[in-house]
Amino acid sequence: MDRIDLSALFLHFLALWFVAVGGPSTILPDIHRYVVEVHHLLTSAQFAEIYTLAQVAPGPNVMYVTLIGWHLAGWKGAAATTIPLLVPASTLTLLVGHFNERHPNAPIGRAIRRGLTPITIGLMLASATILMRAVNHDWSGYLITLITVAVVLRTSWNPLWLLAAGALAGMLGLV
Amino acid sequence: MLSVSKHSEIFFRNLLKIQRRKSLQFNPWNASSQETMEQTESHKPRVSRLDLFLTFSRISLSSFGGAIFWARRQLIDRQRWLTEREFVDVLTLGQLLPGPNVLNLTVMVGYRFAGWTGAAAAVAGFLGWPCLVVIGMGVLYQQYGALPQVQQALAGMSIVAAGLLLATVIKLAMVLPRRWRPWLFGILAFVGVGVMRWPLLWVMGGLAPWAVFAAWKEQA
Repeated sequence: MDRIDLSALFLHFLALWFVAVGGPSTILPDIHRYVVEVHHLLTSAQFAEIYTLAQVAPGPNVMYVTLIGWHLAGWKGAAATTIPLLVPASTLTLLVGHFNERHPNAPIGRAIRRGLTPITIGLMLASATILMRAVNHDWSGYLITLITVAVVLRTSWNPLWLLAAGALAGMLGLV
Repeated sequence: MLSVSKHSEIFFRNLLKIQRRKSLQFNPWNASSQETMEQTESHKPRVSRLDLFLTFSRISLSSFGGAIFWARRQLIDRQRWLTEREFVDVLTLGQLLPGPNVLNLTVMVGYRFAGWTGAAAAVAGFLGWPCLVVIGMGVLYQQYGALPQVQQALAGMSIVAAGLLLATVIKLAMVLPRRWRPWLFGILAFVGVGVMRWPLLWVMGGLAPWAVFAAWKEQA
């Protein structure tokens, strides 16, 4: 395991948040690349487990970055991965808030949204495949993933019930 | 003279062509801006920093699996700080900007009612508690994560979590127009980051300006 360079971790997360248009799932592949593939700080399975734990916790889904930082280096690690996510929100967001009162007709906003949405979707698909490869080792795992997709698309059940069902299936040895 | 809120209303109508409501689905191609919108002047309630902290704490602690639903419920139905339209406006702008959408919404709502310190109070409420909760889970994970029973449960949950994300992707992809260009950019982003495993900064640096420029030309 490499030694953890907290300032490098901080700067990497900071840079990621500025391109994270579309939310926290779009930077997941790069965080996986950084902590699992390049620096070998976590295994792929640990990464997926930490992501999942944060989905079960209350609060925004982005909290998986805090948990990764904490797991790597305690409180300092949690600070190194969490503080960067406040930076774009507290700078760009407020700047744009001022801009939009001065230039009420700029069509650039729509172009940005139309341009970036497909990229966001491609990146989220990359996140989903990385998680699937990290946790699914045989056909029964992929089957449960597919069943989850079908249930989510056809019902409006709370995802927590599905996660609970997954935990149960795991404990019964189905996966 | 138009008031600031009128200005921003016109800005949002033209800039983002917001769907009137129905769903909060993120769909930049939906051009239903012809619909009439309420032109009533919005009132701005008095909200203290403590109110901001407490309300965003409540939103955060009740939001399992996505905070948007709970933010809507608290800000519109319970506290009545925002109208439906104001909420959609703020959320849409939050989606346009980098960073977690709901966090951007938190900053903007806090700032709107109580300036910088209001934004800080709202963010403290919104992120403080979940930080403590996930760190508590991290402690438990380090203590008990290696137990076989816990491992099996976590493996089962992770498989479901991967499915939840995949389902979200499918739902989002359904709003893409049936034209080659958006799909090309989506596929290039997926291949670059997910298959080739190139750094995100390179992929975004290469694709994002090109994609935005193409969308700009297309609507001009």
